[in-house]
Formats: sequence, C-alpha cells, structure tokens
Amino acid sequence: MTGVITYMLAFDRLPPLDRQGRPKMFYGQRLHDKCYRRPHFDAGQFVERFDDEGARKGYCLYKVGCKGPTTYNACSTVEWNGGLSWPVKSGHGCLGCAEDNFWDKGSFYGPVTNFGVMGGAEATADKIGGVLAGAAAVGVAAHAAASVVSKLRSNASKETSHD
Amino acid sequence: MTSMMTPNGFALDDAGQRIVVDPICRIEGHLRIEVNVDDNNVIRNAVSTGNMWRGLEVILKGRDPRDAWAFTERICGVCTGVHALVSCRSVEDALGIDIPANANSIRNLMMLAQYTQDHLVHFYHLHALDWVDVVSALSADPNATSALQQSISPWPKSSPGYFRDVQNKIKRFVKSGQLGPFANAYWGSPAYKLPPEANLMAVTHYLEALDFQKEIVKIHTIFGGRNPHPNWLVGGMPCSINVADTGAVGAVNMAWLNQVSDIINNSITFIDQVYIPDLTAIASFYKDWGFGGGLSSKNVMSYGEFPAIPNNYTNESWMLPNGAILNGDLSTVYDVDPRDPAQIQEFVSHSWYEYAGSNPAMGLHPWDGETQPKFELGPNAKGTKTNIEEIDEGGKYSWLKAPRWRGNAMEVGPLARYLVAYARGQEDIKAQVDGLLAALDLPVTALFSTLGRTAARGLECSWSAHKMREVFDGMMANIKAGDVATANMDMWEPVTWPADTKGVGYGEAPRGALGHWLHIRDAKIANYQAIVPTTWNASPRDAEGNIGAYEAALLGTPMANPEQPLEILRTIHSFDPCLACASHVISPDGQELVSVKIR
Repeated sequence: MTGVITYMLAFDRLPPLDRQGRPKMFYGQRLHDKCYRRPHFDAGQFVERFDDEGARKGYCLYKVGCKGPTTYNACSTVEWNGGLSWPVKSGHGCLGCAEDNFWDKGSFYGPVTNFGVMGGAEATADKIGGVLAGAAAVGVAAHAAASVVSKLRSNASKETSHD
Repeated sequence: MTSMMTPNGFALDDAGQRIVVDPICRIEGHLRIEVNVDDNNVIRNAVSTGNMWRGLEVILKGRDPRDAWAFTERICGVCTGVHALVSCRSVEDALGIDIPANANSIRNLMMLAQYTQDHLVHFYHLHALDWVDVVSALSADPNATSALQQSISPWPKSSPGYFRDVQNKIKRFVKSGQLGPFANAYWGSPAYKLPPEANLMAVTHYLEALDFQKEIVKIHTIFGGRNPHPNWLVGGMPCSINVADTGAVGAVNMAWLNQVSDIINNSITFIDQVYIPDLTAIASFYKDWGFGGGLSSKNVMSYGEFPAIPNNYTNESWMLPNGAILNGDLSTVYDVDPRDPAQIQEFVSHSWYEYAGSNPAMGLHPWDGETQPKFELGPNAKGTKTNIEEIDEGGKYSWLKAPRWRGNAMEVGPLARYLVAYARGQEDIKAQVDGLLAALDLPVTALFSTLGRTAARGLECSWSAHKMREVFDGMMANIKAGDVATANMDMWEPVTWPADTKGVGYGEAPRGALGHWLHIRDAKIANYQAIVPTTWNASPRDAEGNIGAYEAALLGTPMANPEQPLEILRTIHSFDPCLACASHVISPDGQELVSVKIR
C-alpha cells in the first residue's frame, strides 16, 4: 500500500495496472512462483495433513488447500508485519484473498485443481506425492492447468461483474 | 413516554432537548447515540443505535464449518483473531475434537497478545485523548515533565531533552496545520483536568505506544502468518513445531520462539513502566469524575477465558473466571452456561429483525436463532429511512439484537471480568485491584464508573502480559518433555462427522463475552449465530423495556457543553466499543468534529 502511494507521489502517475485494476508491481506474479516452499512442490514433497512430518519439515501445502498457485500477490516476497512472515510460512495454505470471489471458490482446504472443472484432479495430486520421479512433470502440468482455470475464471467473473 | 422507570431500575425522561451524535467514522461506522438532556444539561434519556448490518450469519449458511473461522475473523480487524478462536471452539465442540496441549498454549498466547495489544491501543489511541489535552502539552516545561516521569516510573526515556524533542515535533505538527490523529477534538475544554506536564508525558507515550503496539502483534505473525487476521485451524493450530530436526527452518523453531519470548519481556516492561504509571497518574486527576457506571454496579457477566487445561472450558480451567453478578450482589456469583436455552436469549422487539414465531416479544437461544432483517422506523421517528434525523426508541431502532442472560441486560468487558474474578475471590486479580484502589485512595464502589472500566482494562493489560510469560514457559516445558503436536486431525475429514450436530464456542474477547453457536447438518453449516461483546453493551431495549449498558451508563452524566459531547465519548469509549473508530470525531475530509445535532 505504501509502495503504491509513494510511487504515485514520487513519479506523479498511476502505476501500471492489471486487468482487475491491481498494481502490477505487487500483483503481477503468483505467490507460488516466488514461494520459498516451491522446491518441495517441484520435488513432490507435500504436507498430507496438518502437523504431519512433512508439515514439520516445511513441505509444500498444495494438498491441504494452498491457493498460492492461483493467487497473484506479493505476500511470498514482501511478507507481513515488517517482512517477518506470511501465511504459508506459518504452516497454513494461502486463502487466495487477492483473487476475485475467493470466498466462493470452494473450501479453503480443497486443493486448487479440485475446483469443479478439474474433477478427479485430487487423484493426480496424490500421485504427485507418491511417485517422486515423475512428480515434477505432473506437478507442473497440474499447476499449469490450475493457472489456465484461474485465468478463465477471472475473465468470466470480469464479464459478469463489470460489463 | 415523558418519564418512566425501566424494569432494570433506571429513570428515563425524554422531555428535554434531544442531542444526536451520529459519529462520522474514521475506519468503520455503525454507532449512533441520541440523548435527551434536562435544563442543567444532565443526560436523562439515552438511545444507542447500531446502524450497520453485519450479516455474517447469512453468509455462512451452507459453507464448510472448517472454513468458518476465516469468515468470522473478518467481523473485525482490530480485535483480530477472537472470532476465529471461538469459531474453532464451536466446531470442535460440535464434532468432539480435543486439541493438543501446545495448540492450547499457542491459542492462549495469541489471545493474550491480543488483550495486551488491544488494551494498550485502546487506552492510548482510542481513549486517552478524552482525558489528555494535546494542545496543553505545548505549554509544558520539559524539565518538569522529566521530573514527573522520573518520579512515577523507571522508564528510561525520561530526559528533559527527550520531552523537548517530542514537544517540538508536536509544535511542528500544529504549525503545519496537519494535526493528523490529533485533529478535531475538544482541546481546551474545561473538562480536561491534567496539568501541561502530565499532558506532554501522556502524548509522548501515545507516540511510543503507537510504535510499540506493532511489535506485540508479531506474536500473531509468528504463529499465524500475519496480523491482522492470522491463520487458525479446527483441531489445533496450523503452525507445526520443530526445534531440533532437519527442516526446522520451515516450522516454529528456536529462533522464532526466542523472538516470542523477547516480545513478551518487552511487553511486560512497557505496560508496567509506561501504561500503568500513566493510568494511575491520569486517574488521580479525575477521581471526582465518577460518572458512567450504568449497569456495572448491577449486572455484569463473563463467559471465562484462557483455559489452563486444554479442552476444558469451565471454571476448573479458566484463568479469568466465568460468572454473572446480579443487582450488584458481589456475595453471589452465578455460573453462566451458554448452552442453556433458558440462560442466553436474543430479543428483537426493538431491533431491525423479525422472528418467524407468532410472538414478536419472544427471545430465541442462538442455536435456534434467526437473522431475518426488518428495517422500519417507529411512528415518532423524524426523517426518512435513508436519512434518519431522529430515532424513535419506542419502535425498532438498531441492527443489534438485544441479548439477555436470564432476561437481564448485562454489561460485559474488562470491568465485568474483574468484578466476577474479584467476587469469586481470585487472588491475583484481587491483589491488583486492591493495590490500585489503595494507590488512588478510592473505595471498591469507585470501580462502578467510566474510570473503573478504564482502570480494569489497564490492570488486565498488565495481567495479560505477565500471563504470556507463564503460558510460554509452560509450553516450553511441554516441548522439552517431548510433545510437539499442534493439531489433532482425527476428525478432519467430513466422513467422520455426525450427520447432525450442534456446538458452541465461547470465551472473552478483549471487549467482553463472545459466543458462536453452530449447527452442522450433512457436513455443512445449517445455522450460525454470533453474539459479540458490543451486542451486549450497545444493546437496544428489549420487550420489557430493560435498557442496555451504553444507554444506562450515559444517564445522569452532566455535559459541560452539549455541542461538545466529550462526556458521551468518554463513557462510550470506556467500553472499547467494537465501533470505537465509529465514535471518533473526524469526518472524511478532516473538518467536521462530529455530527452533533441539537433538536
């Protein structure tokens, strides 16, 4: 917030915005792409349930509902309260609160690929955890699919809410 | 009505001049106060209107109960986390989930941090300027201020140069015309009693507290990932503990535990060396302003908070006890059971709701509660529905329901908790209260006042900071003994749940008794009802005509100048209203004091 306001004061213009009117400087990239737990996602190392061994080692929270893969925000880099921490760092998945209608996109604990359109994707996510060798490839595929879904949904909701 | 006696013993008279204080809000706005004053400007009738619809209960229907904490947490960003906590308790109660000892300790630490930060912020930033005159601080002698500071506290920031520096900073503020948070108050009012030096000391600590409060909430950031709105979890806490093994850097580890420990120590020092000496010093100048007692000398209630024993929400476990006092009889403290339909009921005769039943005067226990809006003004209201000039308290007049305990309007909050603990003979609380009363040379009955409410909050802030140390040390001993569990996931999956079940989560938010009642059917929320502290305190009248704590507290208060309703702000602010920001006195353009209309 202060970054945006001081940008406007310093450069005397509005910062570049994305299609939802969010400043690109902070909302241009997915949390997931800058997440410090991302290597665990790529390696197929997941928290299966809260407070399991994976949770104590800081593994990826994707399977317990983290919305990082479809959320465009800067929490994973800027962090909260003076850069001390952010939700994923405390062991809880991202709620996706920077995204349109995030509260109506299913439970906060459902994996993002499990949203309606992607029925049956939870099984895929399970495979990711089980088969380490193929994990990275499947993970990236699921992740790409989720991104597409998010993009489509964002377009759809934009049409209904603004046109 | 011209004059009448309410069933709960308050004389009302609406014959005199009507004053409408519809606060223009700084952050959020939903409180309006109307009073009638007599020829001597003494308040003889008071009407409290919550003028904003909340509707969380409607939003929650049909959702996954494990998500409810995140929705209810957004009821407020100031007392952030309290709704999430009792929401988790309500689901755990419904499903029979026991949380691990560490989760109980972490929740207690987060709630104690909330008390410590919230009370500190309330005192300095939402309430102190009702007693402290910023402009008077400009004429203070920094040497005398330094001497005053050093006479009451070992706090090291006490040199004449330090106070001169702060004074110059405020002078620059005033000179630039940008008063910021100090704009638009009633500076110079004869209702301010502090000498300039005490004003400068208090304003200096206003600024220090503003800086320090953001450190306290880092306890939320460490265990919950952020503040406001940290993360919680049904079944425990999401933050796993790993103090020794590979991957500890991805969990609650020694570095973070050390940071929590440091914050606790710094909080204890700040509260005990700054807040409490300031409170005592300021109170000593206002001892004769004994107004604002209202319901506190009659009916007070606490659900209890801070379970010492995990999963035990009774007086065997509460560090601050559960109880209700009726008619000021401190010799009898009743147990309060939020499950009992005969004890907790909400009435809507004077609220903008309607119940489906045939009797409009009936009360409903929250498990059977309904949230059906019905916005209409009473026949004697002035203005229109979208521009109310004057409320008719004879009709419906608030978006708050009227909660009652066994039919009684109750005051809740720090003073209520302290009176219940005092009456139950709890030693640590008694020692604190008796100590302060002795220092100020006041009797116990002095507690039944606006100042008593403010004093209890300060004492509780200190109690909370010290209690954090005790809870933290207990958690470290538990971890040392080999227990690192923070969540019980046995009942996480909805297939393990009963098809139809009810639960209640209750406790004490910083500003008072808080309960969430929940009905789960087929793994979804069938009904959800929250009764928040301000619903008790700012309650409208019920069908019998009993008035709530705000309305009662304003009665009998003389106003120095009805166009400057400082006395109303003092008393309403002393409750730490959930709408504290609403009753601030700055308009969006920073010009108008407050919309005060004399009719």
